Amino acid sequence: MGTILEMRNITKIFPGVKALDNVNFKVEAGEIHALVGENGAGKSTLMNVLSGIYPYGTYSGEIIYEGKACAFRDIRDSERVGIAIIHQELALQPYMSIAENLFLGNERHKSGFINWNRTQLEARELLKRVKLNESTQTLVKDIGVGKQQLVEIAKALAKKAKLLILDEPTAALNDEDSDNLLNLILELKKDGITCILISHKLHEVLKVADSITILRDGAAIETLKVGVDVIDEDRIIKGMVGRTLVNRFPRREPKIGEVVFEVRDWNVYHPQIPDRKVIKNVSIKVRRGEVVGISGLMGAGRTELAMSLFGKVYGTRISGKIFKDGKQVEFNTVRDAIDHGVSYLTEDRKSAGLILIDDIRHNITLPSLKKISKRSFVDQNREILVAEEYRKKLDIKSSSILQKTGNLSGGNQQKVVLSKWIFSRPDVLILDEPTRGIDVGAKYEIYTIINQLADEGKSIIFISSELPEILGICDRIYVMNEGRMVGELTREEASSESIMKCIMQSNREVV
Amino acid sequence: MENIGKTIKNNIRQYAMLIALVVIMIFFQIATGGILLYPMNVTNLVLQNSYVLILAIGMTLCILTGGNIDLSVGSVVAFVGAVSGSLMINMKMPMFPAILITLGVGLLIGLWQGFWIAYVRIPAFIVTLAGMLIFRGLTNTILRGLTLAPYPKEYQVISGGFVPDFLNFFGAGFNVTTIVVGLVFSLLYVIMATRKRKERAKYGFENTPTPFFIIQTIIVMGGIMLLSYWLSAYKGIPVIFVIIAALVAGYTVFTQNTVPGRYIYAMGGNEKAARLSGVNTNKVLFFTYVNMAVLATVAGISFSSRINSASPVAGQNFELDAIAACFIGGASVTGGVGTVIGAIIGALVMGVLNNGMSIMGVGIDLQMTIKGLVLLIAVAFDVISKRRSRG
Repeated sequence: MGTILEMRNITKIFPGVKALDNVNFKVEAGEIHALVGENGAGKSTLMNVLSGIYPYGTYSGEIIYEGKACAFRDIRDSERVGIAIIHQELALQPYMSIAENLFLGNERHKSGFINWNRTQLEARELLKRVKLNESTQTLVKDIGVGKQQLVEIAKALAKKAKLLILDEPTAALNDEDSDNLLNLILELKKDGITCILISHKLHEVLKVADSITILRDGAAIETLKVGVDVIDEDRIIKGMVGRTLVNRFPRREPKIGEVVFEVRDWNVYHPQIPDRKVIKNVSIKVRRGEVVGISGLMGAGRTELAMSLFGKVYGTRISGKIFKDGKQVEFNTVRDAIDHGVSYLTEDRKSAGLILIDDIRHNITLPSLKKISKRSFVDQNREILVAEEYRKKLDIKSSSILQKTGNLSGGNQQKVVLSKWIFSRPDVLILDEPTRGIDVGAKYEIYTIINQLADEGKSIIFISSELPEILGICDRIYVMNEGRMVGELTREEASSESIMKCIMQSNREVV
Repeated sequence: MENIGKTIKNNIRQYAMLIALVVIMIFFQIATGGILLYPMNVTNLVLQNSYVLILAIGMTLCILTGGNIDLSVGSVVAFVGAVSGSLMINMKMPMFPAILITLGVGLLIGLWQGFWIAYVRIPAFIVTLAGMLIFRGLTNTILRGLTLAPYPKEYQVISGGFVPDFLNFFGAGFNVTTIVVGLVFSLLYVIMATRKRKERAKYGFENTPTPFFIIQTIIVMGGIMLLSYWLSAYKGIPVIFVIIAALVAGYTVFTQNTVPGRYIYAMGGNEKAARLSGVNTNKVLFFTYVNMAVLATVAGISFSSRINSASPVAGQNFELDAIAACFIGGASVTGGVGTVIGAIIGALVMGVLNNGMSIMGVGIDLQMTIKGLVLLIAVAFDVISKRRSRG
């Protein structure tokens, strides 16, 4: 049938990071083409370039679609030629009916007035095509995630999509819904619709894909063809993780002491969906001077675990026991946790870690104001001294401690958040994706700080989606998948392959 | 030199509204042929605006927590007036227990609204809109739609009285006490400012350049002395002025120098980050609304004392004056930015506009239009200058 899409020499640079490096990507018409790679390998970036979310001119390289060079300025441009992207987070309006959602921004109308009869009629046709047995009048909020995913696909079909991009479509689905969805994709293929499928679940990829392209560190490593190459999960994993490791991590001689922090049989339910268990019987241990990693794919429940431990900020019906220095403790509020020497650096520093409109000084002292005040009066001279001390110690590049944190670079913002938690003098410091979105140099500095903290006898829990850094700095690694601990590896046992294997094995057990 | 340029630039934005206030005052001083700054008129300015000044202090804290406003304060002013009127005029209760009970009622109103806002998390806008209706309704119920008057003499002193001139031994033609108090406060300011400067120098912190410090000190001292001159040339220091000055000083220290004060700013800056830093944001929000209701009660007492009656239509649109004062004074609509002093300056801008235009004989209709435009321009100036500094 020929090539429907060819992306040539695509390079996309974010400030400080080369997200895509000369990527070539070719999709044949009518095939299901899987795109796999670790978190941060550049899959979503590539698809955002394709769909015009990153407009023409912000990347270099060529996109040739149906034989024509394209310069999409926004997502509407790409939709016009028949490319539709369905994101991991669904973009439906919960309080509108299925029919209204299907034609949102693409209304069936006559001179501005909605033609409701045509809307309903065409909506019924579309639902039949995606095999969704629901009334077109049902509100989207009243149907499950699996069905919502089908509505999204129907919405793409309503726009006469010829090339469908699905970003992790089954991440939030149970097995039955996942099977349904995969079968639908196979059906659509018979109708001549081409599909790009991004997925972490390799068994699904193997089930439906005709070709598999592997991305790693922003580069296209290889494209495997079903029927030509010998493909199994191990082969794909090797492609995904097989990188050359240079010395990107500072060395440390661990001096590990007794158990400081222990969690037993931790269970947490979803705050909005009451019978969905997010954390299932998790038990972990951290020793003095130890850096313990928690590895896993996105959505494995790592952040949820950390936030439920940190003063029950996340989740409901939390059960389980926490031991600090051998004594059982309970953290009902964030304050409890901080006062017991447990601190948590959030995954998203901008929305949850910093007060961007405030300066470095106030951000650093916020959790520890009591330490620098007498009878509730803040000693502002001491506050300045503290802020100056951390600005120097962690080398926060800024004009002064009075600079607003919103104007700092990502790496320096992260150093402010680190300062804030180090000054709270924790025994246990939980770091959630501390190096996300910051450049390589700043990453190295942050690893160095983590090593120093461990040498001072602090216990570090290090959550990261990037396998190399987990392998590079952790003494011991827990592997988490779908709310469960599915593996515990020592530094010697741990490798990209062994971690991926833990995850894939547990996926297979669930299937 | 570059340093001095930067200092001026930084300070201009900080003092923009103060400069605007001075410009407006000079304008009206000329336009009214000098009536605006007649000693009697200056005293009147303070008395007329006392309730807005008190409300603006509380409103600043509410807005700081995240752009929340309190629409109920005008109705609360009327309601507590009705309570104090019933107690003192109808039931002939002595003043002090009556004021204590009235303050207690204000506290209860605060607990009620604070509960819904902070713990049930109903938007403050809705809760206080409901409060606006509820307390206006209850005012009418208590007063049966009628006006109660007059209050006992001693109650009228709150907003009509002056501090006695006990230092005037020689029978001077002006209020000696006021001048002495002005001198004492000028001196105190110099001592405190110098001490702070020395302390900062001791720690090796950056200080404003000395010439600026001297100019700043002279301006502040001049301001204090000018005000005390005006007040002394009429009847001296109004009692309500003492109350307001104490509130402004107290709340400035509270917001700038204490842990709970800083939590208010943190919550408005980023509630999620504040919560994850161990700030009990529900408690902060609860406190600000309790505090607002208590301050609205103080304003209500001062207002009923001033008009010497408890009226069912008292306090209408007071909430809007107070909110406007905060925003003119530089508070951010999304919270986390703003100061008590700023709100006071904002309230004075509005007050001088009102007073000046009234003297000039500008009609109420035009006055409202002009005040509306001033609010819009002040906030637009703020928004645009912030955008510039970012870009």
